[in-house]
Amino acid sequence: MTKVLMKGNEALGAAAIRAGCKYFFGYPITPQSELPEFMARELPKIGGVFLQAESEVAAINMIYGAAGAGERVLTSSSSLGVALKQEGISYIASAELPCVIINISRGGPGLGNIQPSQSDYYMVTRGGGNGDYRHPVYAPARVQEAVDLTMEAFNVADCYRTPVIVQGDGMLGQMMEPVEFSEPKKRKLPPKDWATTGTGNKRKPNIVSSMFLGTQALEEHNWKLDRKYKEIEKNEVMYEMYRMKDAEIVLVAYGTTSRVVKNAIETLRQEGIKAGLIRPITIWPYPNRAFDEIPESAKAILTVEMSTGQMIDDVRIANEGRLPVHFYGRTGGMVPTPDAVVAKTKEILGGVK
Amino acid sequence: MAVVFRRTKGLTEKETHYCPGCTHGIIHRLVGEVLEELDIIGEAIGVAPVGCSVLACEYFNCDMHVAAHGRAPAVATGIKRVLPENVVFTYQGDGDLAAIGTAEIVHAAHRGEKITTIFVNNTIYGMTGGQMAPTTLIGQKATTAPEGRKEELAGKPIKMSELLATIDGAAFVERVSVHNVANIRKAKKAIKKAFETQLAGEGFSIVEVLSTCPTNWGLAPPKAMEWLEENMIPYYPLGNLRRPEGGK
Repeated sequence: MTKVLMKGNEALGAAAIRAGCKYFFGYPITPQSELPEFMARELPKIGGVFLQAESEVAAINMIYGAAGAGERVLTSSSSLGVALKQEGISYIASAELPCVIINISRGGPGLGNIQPSQSDYYMVTRGGGNGDYRHPVYAPARVQEAVDLTMEAFNVADCYRTPVIVQGDGMLGQMMEPVEFSEPKKRKLPPKDWATTGTGNKRKPNIVSSMFLGTQALEEHNWKLDRKYKEIEKNEVMYEMYRMKDAEIVLVAYGTTSRVVKNAIETLRQEGIKAGLIRPITIWPYPNRAFDEIPESAKAILTVEMSTGQMIDDVRIANEGRLPVHFYGRTGGMVPTPDAVVAKTKEILGGVK
Repeated sequence: MAVVFRRTKGLTEKETHYCPGCTHGIIHRLVGEVLEELDIIGEAIGVAPVGCSVLACEYFNCDMHVAAHGRAPAVATGIKRVLPENVVFTYQGDGDLAAIGTAEIVHAAHRGEKITTIFVNNTIYGMTGGQMAPTTLIGQKATTAPEGRKEELAGKPIKMSELLATIDGAAFVERVSVHNVANIRKAKKAIKKAFETQLAGEGFSIVEVLSTCPTNWGLAPPKAMEWLEENMIPYYPLGNLRRPEGGK
């Protein structure tokens, strides 16, 4: 298949359509607006529906309804907009409906700014809404990977009946890169016999709900969800080990930051410093097992993020106290430079000699 | 022997949890009868709110979806846009529709969503124990308005039907009551007309039903019916506020 040059936000929309998504409900927000704009142009051509909601809250609740009716549905937003969607995401997780939510994140907290940021890590990996729930979160680093993971996200959502987040940032959404669209690996998907499509007077009513008034019923439901999350943790973890075999220092970074770190590793290696990278591709479930593969040669871990330090909590959990964990971050829309990562790495290695 | 009354097929056989004297039971039955008479039980998808009628999901004999508080019109929009041939309705109380869900109901009407809303107004938050609603009358006592609603503090009660009737996408808007038999009959006609508006693809339709809450009003059911007639109807006048052009 030939490659086409596409902007990240538009490529994400095209990937969703390729994955069979015909319904989009959203609300404008920078830096992701090209995605709903793309859907507004493209969905009517295939008999789908693009609807601009009155708010992110309404949009996610439209998703809740449309997902309940059994169709593949997408919404997208950015950071503070995704914060507003947390009510609906919690309901959707509990009601066990599949849907995909794209977060092209920007600087926060509050209104923040429109520059790329990774400061939504807690919100998307901890369950920003109420209650005991989780959902898969994919963190692509390139536009091609964003396309592939978005298509995969729809399958994973249907497979496990769960909302799935594709977590990018303003950099990924705004950059143009060559992409091609290929089919994701086939999965056996369960029938959507739970959907509210009307009984047709042929079956008992289906009820989509997140309400369990009895304490025992809710506890059972929550453990059932937990078993599903354990299954996802077992089957769906994705990560990349980059130049790790002989690494004396392990950098950990995801998404845009991982690209900066790869450049830093080239420089470090040219100077004789053996640096490697663990790149989580799923940030939930977190690739804890990658940390079991860290070679004996490693002396320290350096987590690099576009935040004041959020993923570092997961790094510490996965590391289980084996190596010292250091942090380098930029925030507020600032992107770390490879030189700064190189300097920080040298500083750490100086300290651990 | 002739059957003089039977349960509508539009409702399940589940016993409701509503308080004695509460008019939710009457309104449920009217909606169930209309679904049956229009032969749309099999096509219908209802959206239950948060509040006393959250358990409507177990009482209507059709597919049901329980929304978050106030979001029923958004959920219904999602369903209807995916399944335009189906009949989609929301059943919402005044706390749900007139407070936390004002944006969703206004914009569903504004888009002319082809859904039907049954809006049950009993001027109070029932499920949470009798707090003041935007619809609570001036001077009416509530647990969060212990001396009665004061206009200078909480404003005047909101008239949702009048508000929605200003919106072009709202094809059918009518306020009815169920405090006596004559009005129950009128209420059923309005509910039927609202669903017919949806079936004809004419736009958004809503029926506001004035209802009682004997428990939280602290009144015996017959007294509650009288209170509705004497206090609510003068402020919330009954009648049609909007109907499709060319409609009767």
